[in-house]
Amino acid sequence: MEEDYGSSPLREESFTTISGEELDPLYTPEDIEDLDYQNGLGYPGRYPFTRGVHPSMYRGRLWTMRQFAGFGSVEDTNRRYKFLLEKGTTGLSVAFDMPTIMGKDSDDPLSEGEVGRCGVAVDSLEDMEMLFSGIPLRDITTSMTINGPASILLAYYLCVGEKQGASFSELGGTIQNDILKEYIAQKSWIFPPRPSMRIITDILAFCSAEVPRWNTISISGYHIREAGSTALQELAFTLADGFAYVEAGIEAGLDVDSFAPRLSFFFNSHSDFFEEIAKYRAARRIWARRMRERYGARDPRSQMLRFHTQTAGCSLTAQQPENNIVRTAFQAMAAVLGGTQSLHTNSMDETLALPTEKAVEIALRTQQLIAYESGVTNVIDPLAGSYFVEAMTDRMEEQAEEYFRRIEELGGVLAAIDEGFFQREIADAAYRYQREIERGEKVVVGVNRLQNEYDTLNIDLLKIDPAVERKQRERLQRLRSKRSSSRVTDTLDALREGARGDANLMPLILSCARAYCSEGEIIGSLKEVFGVYKETAIF
Amino acid sequence: MAKQERILIAKPGLDGHDRGAKVVARALSNAGYEVIYSGLHQNPEQIAETAIQEDVGAVGLSILSGAHMTLFPRVMELLMEKGGEDIIIFGGGIIPEEEIVALKDLGVKEIFGPGTNTSEIISFLETEFSQ
Repeated sequence: MEEDYGSSPLREESFTTISGEELDPLYTPEDIEDLDYQNGLGYPGRYPFTRGVHPSMYRGRLWTMRQFAGFGSVEDTNRRYKFLLEKGTTGLSVAFDMPTIMGKDSDDPLSEGEVGRCGVAVDSLEDMEMLFSGIPLRDITTSMTINGPASILLAYYLCVGEKQGASFSELGGTIQNDILKEYIAQKSWIFPPRPSMRIITDILAFCSAEVPRWNTISISGYHIREAGSTALQELAFTLADGFAYVEAGIEAGLDVDSFAPRLSFFFNSHSDFFEEIAKYRAARRIWARRMRERYGARDPRSQMLRFHTQTAGCSLTAQQPENNIVRTAFQAMAAVLGGTQSLHTNSMDETLALPTEKAVEIALRTQQLIAYESGVTNVIDPLAGSYFVEAMTDRMEEQAEEYFRRIEELGGVLAAIDEGFFQREIADAAYRYQREIERGEKVVVGVNRLQNEYDTLNIDLLKIDPAVERKQRERLQRLRSKRSSSRVTDTLDALREGARGDANLMPLILSCARAYCSEGEIIGSLKEVFGVYKETAIF
Repeated sequence: MAKQERILIAKPGLDGHDRGAKVVARALSNAGYEVIYSGLHQNPEQIAETAIQEDVGAVGLSILSGAHMTLFPRVMELLMEKGGEDIIIFGGGIIPEEEIVALKDLGVKEIFGPGTNTSEIISFLETEFSQ
């Protein structure tokens, strides 16, 4: 074989995945001679779930087409949700603005200039009611990208459902609520790690009893990848975070099978097609094995890694933005071949602004074209048995186990965060990749190769109405003047009291929500007890 | 020995996307500059204060949240007040074309958007510092 390859010139000096993993020219039966079908792959819907979490996968039900959306006011976003539903979206996903994400009201001094720009501004239950106006929550599931204030937005959502006449047990959805990756990558923390973990275990306990259809955490690798990690780091760090939540739940006295079935995941789908597919399959197998072997999970649902995927925002370019439609298409294809339960496809204009209707329609159609025209949904886990894909899956699992050992040696995820371990790994990987691009070792079409001399933008961009901020502040002021201030004070006092002790905070937060306490007020009360997190910045 | 130029790379406002800021900070540091990275969630007052205290020659603001038309002018106003009018202001992030023009009219020297090669930023600073 070497002679064949030696005699013809090669295009590159080395062939690696986008993450830098060396690839052989060819994979053969030798590469998977240790593959044990029964124990290593199994069948879809059965331990260790390598081939998928459901027996019939997409033959039974397609993934949820769940487009992340939100901008401006709740009215603007409500309109966008209705547009998306009309175009065939099958689940909702809320993008909040930076103030909401950081637990600040729209009239907080630090919110100036930020209201409604990255997502929708939500200050209170009143806003939440308007956000879902005309959308029966009983009939749809909603994912909310919110972390520090996740308990509050969950409370608001449950109250909206309640006002619509639904019981908590009828409501389904997800809160991202993955604080560990905030310290590591997304950086939208509020409180320090320990009180944040307490809030999360409170949510696990509350939901397992009261909101059984709710995914309590969306344990995320997306943001870790966006921050610059490799595929392997995304896999390993995400699962390590997952294990940390499982341990926290158990330590809080919960039975693993009472909360683990509702832990969910969220991965990136980046450009290296096969690396991504191997990553998803490895993730399922690793999780299943550890849940059963280390944490004693008996319920198969505790062993199943269910995940949402978003195509890679960081792979998109501002130059020749129409190319992003194509990038998104093959990234989405990888996620589908990897067995995702839910998918968001990016719009082509997202390197420049939040998506226009036209751009998001194309993104949604991309999923629908894959679903209805490509044929890949006809067969479950079609790539299984591929010498390359199985070898890659095995390799990623082995390498992830290496990382788990290192994290354990550091004393676990929280200790590793304190030490800056993840942050350094990610910053190094991000810098390395940038150097590769600048040296031309990695190609980005339109940026370091195949550039156009003049890149005129022929697409319209979404603009946020500057009046949104003023109107939102006025709305909040009106709310404050018309609600019962004694109820606000009482519920916030009770919350503070509960936070000082070990009461489950969810019922107390629900009371604050019903009293129309603003998000900033609720967070403010919790800050008094828990303090705030301060990062030691490294680069 | 020539005075080593100091540069502050800052993240104003609530935006937590720091990948680019960190890559730029490291590239500038590797190019021989002394780089101070502000960390996240800095308000304009903190940034201006740090810039003056650290006696920097340039401040690079990274903003991906859309709040640039509020934050750039505020930082520049404060620097003016504190005697930092000679400090070179540049930046990056997600800033539409027409607002780049508006920012330059206000005195921002350059905006480096997505796809920028770090060598461009280094050349820019070499040119600016030599003037």
